[in-house]
Amino acid sequence: MQRQNPEIYEDRVVVRLVQFSVLWAVLGMAAGVWVAAEFLWPTLDFGQFWLSFGRLRPLHTNAVIFGFGVSALMATGFYSVQRTSHVRLFLPGLAWFCCYAWQLVVLLGGLSLLAGWTSSKEYAELEWPFDIAIALIWVCFGIVFFGTIARRRIRPIYISNWFYGGLIIVIAMLHIVNSLALPVTLDKSYSLYAGAQDAIVQWWYGHNAVGFLLTGGFLGMLYYFLPKQADQPIWSYRLSVVAFWAFTYSYIWAGPHHLHYNAVPEWVQSTAMVMSLVLLAPSWATLINGVMTVSKAWAKLKRDPALKFIVLSLAFYGLATFEGPMMAIRSVNVVSHFTDWTIGHVHSGALGWNAMVTYGTFYFLVPRLVGAELHSTRLANLHFVLALAGTLLYILAMWASGVSQGLLWLSVDRLGELSFGFRDIMAGMRPYYGLRLVAGLLFWGGTLLMAYNLFMTLRGRRTVAVSPPPVAEPWRLERGAAGIATERARA
Amino acid sequence: MNALELHKKIEENAGLLIFGILLVSAIGGLVQVLPSLFQESLSTPLSGTRVYDAVELTGRDIYIREGCHVCHSQQVRPLVAEVERYGPYSRAGEFVYDRPFLWGSKRTGPDLHRIGGKYSDIWHEVHLLDPRQVVPESIMPAYPWLAERPAAGVGDIQAKLRVLRRLGHPYADADIAAAPQRLEGLREIDALIVYLQMLGTGLNADAADAADAHGGH
Repeated sequence: MQRQNPEIYEDRVVVRLVQFSVLWAVLGMAAGVWVAAEFLWPTLDFGQFWLSFGRLRPLHTNAVIFGFGVSALMATGFYSVQRTSHVRLFLPGLAWFCCYAWQLVVLLGGLSLLAGWTSSKEYAELEWPFDIAIALIWVCFGIVFFGTIARRRIRPIYISNWFYGGLIIVIAMLHIVNSLALPVTLDKSYSLYAGAQDAIVQWWYGHNAVGFLLTGGFLGMLYYFLPKQADQPIWSYRLSVVAFWAFTYSYIWAGPHHLHYNAVPEWVQSTAMVMSLVLLAPSWATLINGVMTVSKAWAKLKRDPALKFIVLSLAFYGLATFEGPMMAIRSVNVVSHFTDWTIGHVHSGALGWNAMVTYGTFYFLVPRLVGAELHSTRLANLHFVLALAGTLLYILAMWASGVSQGLLWLSVDRLGELSFGFRDIMAGMRPYYGLRLVAGLLFWGGTLLMAYNLFMTLRGRRTVAVSPPPVAEPWRLERGAAGIATERARA
Repeated sequence: MNALELHKKIEENAGLLIFGILLVSAIGGLVQVLPSLFQESLSTPLSGTRVYDAVELTGRDIYIREGCHVCHSQQVRPLVAEVERYGPYSRAGEFVYDRPFLWGSKRTGPDLHRIGGKYSDIWHEVHLLDPRQVVPESIMPAYPWLAERPAAGVGDIQAKLRVLRRLGHPYADADIAAAPQRLEGLREIDALIVYLQMLGTGLNADAADAADAHGGH
């Protein structure tokens, strides 16, 4: 009964979460490719309500963010919190519950979106029964995560855990406040907030879902796996700590930059714009920290596809966190708002940063979990090329269409008359939508290669049993029989 | 105790870390979002703005169900080109009965906030059932099922009105009692068109005139 030994890390749940994450990546990106094709051939829904763009597009974003993204964050969070705490996961059974309950929410939630159950709020589309389930699972996630930290055998709480902790706490706060609604029936509720106030609350949530999940959560992943892969300590630990607090403080203000020139108070828009620009500092502090950490491991970069993915993800992280504040400036936003530029920006973050850092982490993690070599380094290198090509093509196509839309919509002639009709501008975007479809197929193809590669690596192998290594003296945290830290006695 | 010593404490104490994150991340929302929830100008209807009746509300819920907001915004920005293209810019007071708000974030198709009254009912019906019949270059999906389903099947209209009344929307008992009859004989597409035709008509005449004076039409 090796499993019962508290000195063995609970890694089987990590493997299962990685498998689910890859599955959702394949399915969610397939839905993305499909909706990209509907821009070119609008009859591709074949008159079926569940294939209609308005329902399939939220399914795409939910499957990718909550299926692929959150499963990956749970997997890497559970893996790294054990290693950085030198202790087995707290309540492993609850961790398994989080794993399966979350997949059930993503699956049933996705189907409910196709059935037309939706709150309409972006990245919070799921209706109230799912909102309650998500809140409960999230609390369990927090109990497992912070419980593990509370039982740690090493004094400092490593920086990656701060970011995962920020993810758990802030997303819980945002989710609960934004989802408040009065239910009518199982599939319908009305928001507690109305109109302009609803908009402000929603984008406080929406932007910080991006902030604390897609940025902060994945920074947790980066802070653990980048030093591991580069075999180097973090360049400046103090910088990472300062950046963490600056990030946590300033991100939360940035939401209303999604409402520039909309019917919300100007001071709300202005604070959002200023804080978005402030945000550049902690974002790039992290970028510098990451680049400096990896700068001592360039030789390894040549032959390790996993590290290549992670370093490239840093580049796109830098790009996206520069582009974001620029787009939050009102005079830039006046062009970019409502256009494909926003979609391109999101994908430079989602493909270039989130997916790439996750892919790099999976290529590093999966072979280690089963104590084997990666099935094929060649396939992983091919995946890298496809992912890079797909991301660049996607961003370029959406820049071209987005900037065109923004400028052409606003264009007036010398007499003050509109220069172009909406239909003509829309029809002119067709080539860019074609390029975007190709980009999506390239990226999706790469993801399929990874799914195959990881499947072959895992096939027929068991998760290796790993025990926490001993902690050196100045850092060791002694524990009594009940696992309660004897901190007070020491202090 | 200096800042570094304090921080060393947080670095070694999970409870302090949790509290610290909660505190630091809450400030922005408390200063920026919370006051907006109590700002009366954001929750006061314009003189021309009224609650949605049973048919309009049903149409609006169909609009949400089909995800129309994914491609169409309902927010005319106060810019010359937008006012010319769509009509008077959007005011906060026009949206006070919108639960949820449907301003959108993307214009794959045009803004719809001032669509009410611009096209005939027949045009809308043909357009929803086969968009390319009236707009050849359109990439909008067709919605054939809207013509096949009864509007009364879109949820429990009386329960909806009661919930909205609890949220402060001024519905009379008579409105709620008469609601099912109002939907009788209507198809989903009829309710949706009724909603589209009333969109943006809640702007009071004074404000619209002021917008005209600034170059709109």
